[in-house]
Amino acid sequence: MRSLIRYLIKNHAFVLFLLLEIFALTMVVNFNSFQKATYLNSANRVTGKIYDTYQSVTGYFGLTKINAELAAENARLRSLLENRPGVSLFSDSLAVDQMRNDSVYRFIPAQIINNSVNRPFNYLTLNKGSRHGIKPDMGIISAKGIVGVVGQVSESYAMGLSVLNQRWSISAKLKKNAYYGSLIWDGTDYQMAGLTEIPLHVDIAVGDTVVTSGYSSIFPEGILVGTINSFSKPEGENYYRIDVKLSVDFKSVSYVEVVEIKSRSELDELDKILRNDGRAD
Amino acid sequence: MGGLIKYTVMFVALVLTQVLVLNQVQVSGYINPFIYVLFILLLPVSTPGYLLLILGFLIGFAVDIFSNSLGVHAAATVLIAFIRPYVIRLISSREEDRNEYPGLRQNKFSWFLSYTSIMVFVHHFTLFYLDYFTFSHFFSTFLKVLLSSVFTIFVIVLSQFIIFRE
Repeated sequence: MRSLIRYLIKNHAFVLFLLLEIFALTMVVNFNSFQKATYLNSANRVTGKIYDTYQSVTGYFGLTKINAELAAENARLRSLLENRPGVSLFSDSLAVDQMRNDSVYRFIPAQIINNSVNRPFNYLTLNKGSRHGIKPDMGIISAKGIVGVVGQVSESYAMGLSVLNQRWSISAKLKKNAYYGSLIWDGTDYQMAGLTEIPLHVDIAVGDTVVTSGYSSIFPEGILVGTINSFSKPEGENYYRIDVKLSVDFKSVSYVEVVEIKSRSELDELDKILRNDGRAD
Repeated sequence: MGGLIKYTVMFVALVLTQVLVLNQVQVSGYINPFIYVLFILLLPVSTPGYLLLILGFLIGFAVDIFSNSLGVHAAATVLIAFIRPYVIRLISSREEDRNEYPGLRQNKFSWFLSYTSIMVFVHHFTLFYLDYFTFSHFFSTFLKVLLSSVFTIFVIVLSQFIIFRE
């Protein structure tokens, strides 16, 4: 026993090295459970504040482009609204009230204060948190299409997984014929993602639009994902291999909206019941 | 005491430069420099082994929290903190060659370059393969390791000329 202690003291650096390495590697492997500790990711108060302050300085550089994008989106939404019978832009209070009660979705505006595209698992940090109504698993979209999903939330900041993260996939469908599959990033090109599970008999063409399917409770149906860039029929498989060019430029995305689906808890409840039934069979 | 303040400032400055500047400028998919390892490189040679390891872990862990990559940077920095005494012994030909401070100003250029190169390459190699956690993209990852290492070494040597002259 004494010789063991003497050995440990003599080689304390090596022992400490092993302990620290084991600790670090445990965190790498058990990434998800450690991420649940909200203070260990970029959404915690200190990192969030630092990113936020930095963004408030550097944010000025891209403003011209962002203004142009916002103006374009305003124009598009205005034309959508004006062409809808029964909805007037300058509606009376009654109409507004009705819309508020009936609406299924709520959109919370937020800004991306930290983002990356060059890692196998890319994350983003938002400047809004639980006190603004953001909860885990809400979708993040921008004017150009889907951006990601909220992972962890602190009081004032949120950490999200961008589409460019291999830890999740998105339920997406072809807009023209509603065949759906899952969209997953392959970790190489930040402008491309792969769409799988589209059977070979489906008629597809380069340039077809891909939108969210609405089958998950993260995104509403019909949010733009991208367009088909190229596709091939792999030997001996029943599904296409499709490359989708993402509509969002992840290098410049800045202003986003977080989608709250109000019926979400009900949907999840139903889902749980269905899954339990399946297990009972 | 002065040393404590100096190294604390260096720690904070390097972490902030890393997460706010270098992690944000994405030059190309292949070049992701990590210059915060300079902190481990510049600690005095007589720093005890356990302190080196703990400081290495702390700076890696700090960068990890900012970049949502828990454990990846920490594992890489602890490794180079551990091999640092051996690397210094390996590349210093004679005992009297060794200076207490491993900076560029106190040592020969060739010594500092080989010291930085070995440490940065080992760090980047561990970091990139841990981050991808697979050998399936072996060659493209290796290319990233090489290009990023060269870039990091360049920035570190440059910073020695500009800032850390004292």
